[in-house]
Amino acid sequence: MSDALNTIIKEKITAKFGEHVLETTEFRGQLAFTVKQDRNCEIAEFLKTDPDLAYDYLEDICGADYLEYEGAKDRFCVIYQFYSFKNNHRVRVKVFLPEKNPSLDSLTCLWKSAGFPEREIYDMYGITFRNHPDMRRLLMPDDFGSNPLRKDYPLKGKGERDRFPKYTVDD
Amino acid sequence: MVTNDTKTGESGIILTTADYAINWARSNSLWPLTFGLACCAIEMMATGAAKYDIDRFGAGVFRPSPRQADLMIVAGTVTFKMAELIKRLYAQMPEPKYVLAMGSCSISGGPFSKDSYSVLRGVDLIVPVDVFVPGCPPRPEALLEGLIKLQGIIKKRSIIDKK
Repeated sequence: MSDALNTIIKEKITAKFGEHVLETTEFRGQLAFTVKQDRNCEIAEFLKTDPDLAYDYLEDICGADYLEYEGAKDRFCVIYQFYSFKNNHRVRVKVFLPEKNPSLDSLTCLWKSAGFPEREIYDMYGITFRNHPDMRRLLMPDDFGSNPLRKDYPLKGKGERDRFPKYTVDD
Repeated sequence: MVTNDTKTGESGIILTTADYAINWARSNSLWPLTFGLACCAIEMMATGAAKYDIDRFGAGVFRPSPRQADLMIVAGTVTFKMAELIKRLYAQMPEPKYVLAMGSCSISGGPFSKDSYSVLRGVDLIVPVDVFVPGCPPRPEALLEGLIKLQGIIKKRSIIDKK
């Protein structure tokens, strides 16, 4: 059943977004599309609103850093995981981003729940999301100053450990 | 048979020092601040429950407000984001105030002390700590031992000291 759905999705997506879909891969029966940087919102909206596909649930948004990765064309990647309650089916959409000023459109216009994962990606990778209602750090303090899940972030940190002035009773 | 011959009902006099009386009161009513940050908090709750009964030492009145608390038991992993709040909570507590660092995480960062990007390496970097209780997490007996040690520290203090 899922294989039949995969072919339908592949046909529909390639028919509508032919030149914007860079790559289609399948891993263990699950489809993944790599799409152009500025097309993520359109494709997500299509996946959500098309009555046959009905990917109405955004499960998660992840970031990835492909620094010094063999065969990687761009450095960063944002990965969307969609789920369709109607068809009990999942699909994955990847967007690759360049090293300099990585940014892409927010999905908060389609799913309010995209807000928190996008803030986490902004926090951990420094990828900014346009039209996000509240683009702040999520897990680290506001003045942290670096993006800890980037591969070039040193394991020892950048002096965060010793930055705290000690509180004494006299203060 | 019990006799009440010696009890007259008249008031008597006890002679002691002010230090002794004040330290007796302070050390036997250490009200802790209610906050647990990680798994150590489970052991702290067990210490407060019936079996280990922290109330025996007068320290069972966990206060929800720092304004009413004397003792801050830092039970768990302190992240950089939480560090600012711990500093604020410590500043809000009235004097005299004491800090007990419970568990490896709040002593040195524990399992996160090597390469973590988010964990503070020991709560003594931001607040002055009176007693460290090692363990991961420490058993309730260890926490009670730390509490008794803190009571011993308080009993040695004098009101003439600046602290």
